[in-house]
Amino acid sequence: MMKIEAIIQPSRFVSVKEALHEIGIEGMTVTEVRGHGRQKGHTEIYRGREYTVDLLPKMKVEMVLPDALVEKALAAIRNAAKTGMIGDGKIFLSKIDEAIRIRNDDRGENAL
Amino acid sequence: MTIPKFLHLSQNYCKKTPYRGRGTWRTSLLLALILCGASGAFAQTVAPTDFSKASTNEKLTQLDQRVTAAQSSADNAWMLVSAALVLMMTGPGLALFYGGLVRRKNTLAIMMQSFALMALITVMWALVGYSLCFGGNGPLIGGFEHAFLRGVGADPNPDYAGTIPQSTFMVYQLMFAIITPALITGATAERMKFSGSVLFMVLWFVFVYAPLAHMVWGKGGFLNASLGGRFPTLDFAGGTVVHISSGVSALVCALYLRKRTGYPQQPMPPHSLVLSFIGACLLWVGWFGFNAGSALASNGLASSAFVATHFAAASAALAWSAAEWLKNGHASALGAISGAVAGLVAITPAAGFVGPIPALVIGVFAGAFCYWMVTKVKAIFKYDDALDAFGVHGAGGTIGALLTGVFAQQAINPIFGAGKAVGGLDGHWAQVGNQLVGVLIAWGFALVGTIVLLKIVDMITGLRVSTEEEEAGLDITQHGEEAYNLEA
Repeated sequence: MMKIEAIIQPSRFVSVKEALHEIGIEGMTVTEVRGHGRQKGHTEIYRGREYTVDLLPKMKVEMVLPDALVEKALAAIRNAAKTGMIGDGKIFLSKIDEAIRIRNDDRGENAL
Repeated sequence: MTIPKFLHLSQNYCKKTPYRGRGTWRTSLLLALILCGASGAFAQTVAPTDFSKASTNEKLTQLDQRVTAAQSSADNAWMLVSAALVLMMTGPGLALFYGGLVRRKNTLAIMMQSFALMALITVMWALVGYSLCFGGNGPLIGGFEHAFLRGVGADPNPDYAGTIPQSTFMVYQLMFAIITPALITGATAERMKFSGSVLFMVLWFVFVYAPLAHMVWGKGGFLNASLGGRFPTLDFAGGTVVHISSGVSALVCALYLRKRTGYPQQPMPPHSLVLSFIGACLLWVGWFGFNAGSALASNGLASSAFVATHFAAASAALAWSAAEWLKNGHASALGAISGAVAGLVAITPAAGFVGPIPALVIGVFAGAFCYWMVTKVKAIFKYDDALDAFGVHGAGGTIGALLTGVFAQQAINPIFGAGKAVGGLDGHWAQVGNQLVGVLIAWGFALVGTIVLLKIVDMITGLRVSTEEEEAGLDITQHGEEAYNLEA
């Protein structure tokens, strides 16, 4: 099992979700987050005072998948989230040791 | 429906009577009083139902009664609506406008200051406030003749508004007294104790607002243009009394309280311009009651003031936006609404004296001038007028008061008598000097009064919250609640 953590542009989120649905991935956890990598922030001006906003809004999409689905999912996310501009985000992968479905104590990939 | 029990020839009934702002209808009133005295007996005795059988004299009397009652009803309807509109400017108008401009942890605190004033000043007004502003005829302050609203009822007070019940005039003026101290809270935002704020506002209302209101609008007040002042200052709806007094006091408060912790290094952007936007739009609409209502009648002057008000707001919004666009490459929503408010402030003293095109000009000046005050002057002198109460109301009120002297025309409002020049456009440039006297007195009075009162309140309750309280936010520390409970 692998966990995919994708930090993407909020404007691409709906496309990413649809692309994942198309390949049969239904479960995910989504968080609105703020942050930045290489993308610089922007300035906002309120009554002449300039503010630099460097923590930009992003969406974090998390899902744990059986190994067989991971590459397909990565391709779907990459295709849907990519604009080619700086700030498109990142995807992190990590191994998951165990998963448990609380309702019926299913374990491992059965729990996904 | 009750018809006010008074009888006099109404102002509009005699078509030749010129419109006047907060003026009196001395001539028509005198006539009315004579008529009243001569015919007092039949004022309430002629039954309107047997009109067909009545003699010519009786018919004339009844007709006069009906015309008077009709005008009174019309004027009263507009003035009651105006009073409600002006209250709407404070809550929710100003409360939303300011509420959106503060950081989220101070939202309720700033709104609560406006709301507290709606209650506090109302009670003060009933006890002594109305009387101090509009009772008596001293040059500096009114008296106690209307304390506890004694003698304020359905009969008009002919000194101020001869066609509407005095209770309408009283409640209308109350709404001005509410919003004026509320404007100051923009300068003290995010750092003033609620207890200190409440005490200061009550004292400020009694010792700064009431005398100024009486000087400019009250009978015998020495700045009153229509009721025999020594330096007749034109102030149709409160440029000096409301905006200069609150704006200058706001500057004093900002300096006395010192900067917010972290200002200007730490960013303090508005937490919700959506709230501010709604608030500004409510202010714009409410201002029709403020300015057009200051005609104190539902007449042509009210229409003229309504139009001038609207036009100045529009051109000022454009001027501020244009300045911003040139400087920053964007026309921001905050800039546009700030400009509109600046224009509304500046047109306030002028509304009942200027035509629509001069109103556009006044708006352009106000928008550009206030933009410069808020973005440049504030940065140079480094005072923390948090929400720009001085930059918009003090600056806009001052430029508006002076421009009133330039653009006032007797064709709009012959306040000095038929055919007599009013402002610079009529060739009476001395009026600009009179305006300057009014402005300087309002500035001086607000400066001195505010400093003294701040010292006193500082000794009694203290003015500023602790740094820890400031960092935690005034909502929690001053009121024990939060504007946004996201977990709820």
